[in-house]
Amino acid sequence: MGLIKNLMLAAFAALALGAAQAAEPLKIGLVLTLSGPFAAYGKQVEHGIRLFLAKNGDTIAGRKVELVIKDDAPGTAGDVSKRLAQELVVKDNVDILAGFMLTPSAFAVAPVATEAKKPMIVMNAATSAITTKSNYIVRTSMTLPQITAPLATWAAKNGIKRVYTIVADYGPGHDAEGQFKKTFAAAGGEIVGEVRIPVARPDFAPYLQKVKDTKPDAVFIFVPAGEAGVAFMKGFQEKGLAQAGIKVIATGDLLDEDIIDSIGDSALGVISSFHYSEAHKSAENQAFTAAYAKAYPKDRPNFMAAAGFDGMHLIAEVLKKTGGSADADKFAEAAKGMKWESPRGPISIDPATRDIIQTVYIRKVTRVGGKLQNVEFDHLDNFKDPGKQ
Amino acid sequence: MAKISIDLSPLQKASAWKPAEVVFWLLPVIAFFLFPKSLALLSQIAITALFALSLDLILGYAGIISLGHAAFFGLGAYAAGLLAKYGWGDPLLGLAGAAVLATAAGFISSFLVLRGSDLTRLMVTLGVSMMLYEAANKATDFTGGVDGLQGVEMKPLLGEFTFDLYGKTAYWYSLIVLFLMFWLARRLVQSPFGHSLRGIKQNVKRMPAIGTPVHGRLVAVYTIGAGYAGVAGALLTQTTQFVSLDVMSFSRSAELLLILVLGGTGSLYGALIGTAVFMAAQHYLSGINPQYWQFWLGAALVLIVLFARDGIMGFLNRLPALAAKKRGD
Repeated sequence: MGLIKNLMLAAFAALALGAAQAAEPLKIGLVLTLSGPFAAYGKQVEHGIRLFLAKNGDTIAGRKVELVIKDDAPGTAGDVSKRLAQELVVKDNVDILAGFMLTPSAFAVAPVATEAKKPMIVMNAATSAITTKSNYIVRTSMTLPQITAPLATWAAKNGIKRVYTIVADYGPGHDAEGQFKKTFAAAGGEIVGEVRIPVARPDFAPYLQKVKDTKPDAVFIFVPAGEAGVAFMKGFQEKGLAQAGIKVIATGDLLDEDIIDSIGDSALGVISSFHYSEAHKSAENQAFTAAYAKAYPKDRPNFMAAAGFDGMHLIAEVLKKTGGSADADKFAEAAKGMKWESPRGPISIDPATRDIIQTVYIRKVTRVGGKLQNVEFDHLDNFKDPGKQ
Repeated sequence: MAKISIDLSPLQKASAWKPAEVVFWLLPVIAFFLFPKSLALLSQIAITALFALSLDLILGYAGIISLGHAAFFGLGAYAAGLLAKYGWGDPLLGLAGAAVLATAAGFISSFLVLRGSDLTRLMVTLGVSMMLYEAANKATDFTGGVDGLQGVEMKPLLGEFTFDLYGKTAYWYSLIVLFLMFWLARRLVQSPFGHSLRGIKQNVKRMPAIGTPVHGRLVAVYTIGAGYAGVAGALLTQTTQFVSLDVMSFSRSAELLLILVLGGTGSLYGALIGTAVFMAAQHYLSGINPQYWQFWLGAALVLIVLFARDGIMGFLNRLPALAAKKRGD
């Protein structure tokens, strides 16, 4: 059965050989975290990728797109991600590597992209330094300093003078903490306390008690999107910090659409900064969220879905520019300076760093049509990652 | 005085290499030519097999149960990584450094571990590995924390073979180290030392009566097991040129125990076969069903353990008897 199929494929390939070389399929190797505690990350990014292909057709510059998906669970084991990327290159002969949910995965795979000369599209991992690890990396998600700086500025301008910072103890957390302190201090604010908490299974109760005793105006919190955010908000509620007059300000990871419903009404009124909200008002986002709701009625689109969607968009546009070639040098060159309208708003790729430039929005959790939404009320346009300046 | 003569021939016979063993060791060589594009997976199988071997030494032979064996694996991994990062990128030197550190850590912690009975040992090994995990997590400047240790640059093996993308060097390197360590372990378990360990496992109260220093033997084997795990960790670092915090995680220890139970304890080969079966199944299942493969892997494990209670090795050992019984009917 398999043999006959292979023979037929071979015969078909021989026939097609006369045709243009561009008829070769475009193989995209996706390293996603699809099981374990970070399974929602891979799911959302995959949804975004598939939505793009469903909308725009699965043929790019004359080449049919083939996705080869690998699960690098738990997502924090670089050796697993690296092995999978190696296999995608030598065994599956992929043209492009994409995905990479968490920082260790992106860091471990960067040398593979460099050595194998494959474009590497980072669709989630958010430590600032990632794009410096290989000249073939292009990022379509965000960096933590990029999201954090506008929030610090906003807070200082809006009567928040004393802030206690809580961040997850890993690359993105350190980035967020560093940037917040820097920007907030420059704007005249004061950091009255800071703490780093474990990435996995954090218990917030003892930290929150300490925060309450310090009586800051607000707590700045960064935790990786998911369960930790729910646990934080629950603890915040239980310890009665809101009643003590302490506000929560956060990067949007805390309140992403995937988990905001499990936080519930205690999220109402929380201010955050982020690059994507399901409630973003634009024709692109309306089309995106409508298509998402139709294809995946059980889930809500979040920033990761948007990054997957945009990552695929980038691949499609770059290949149109290079005439179907996925050569890493050409790819990176063509990607530099590329601009388009994403569901999150206008975005572009920084020609200097291959990182994303985007609008960062300040949002407030509000109930819209029965759903908790991050409603945008302020924004900072074309904002570059300050972590690399 | 009459000369006492003991017939050692059964023991000598047991220590001779059997044809099946030779065939077994030819398999990875054949695999190299059969799956030239899966060498990254094959080398990680070899490395995990060495790690499983180290647990088999202490659990399968000496009966010391451990839920924190990844601590030594992780120590070896970080030792090799840090050595390479700060300029000592020679693989063999890194391997030696990792072995020394893990052995020393094993020796020191053995006194803690061996104080109690099985349940306390479970807790102490778990505790030691959690402490090391958190220490590595906290020392971000040194270990890179959750982001992983970067900048691990390996020199070519023996100044000759660079670690390539296809994983050829990585595969031969891991395989040869595995074989040498296996050969050593095989000698060890067939020596009087190894036999005394089995005796301790079977009846710990009786062994002192025939003059075996039980505590000393257990310390020795625990120390050796830790050293083995350290070498395995170092191999993983050197072949992937990256250390993630996950090398010390509880899940790595637990998975290892699973592998060993699957393969069968106390036979050395069980550790190797268990690793190959587990990792191949994991790879295959996660390839065909990236979202829910863990369900199928779990189902497969339950079935295997139900029908081959002493692991795959136990099942293989019973095969001749089963066949004879069938012929008898």
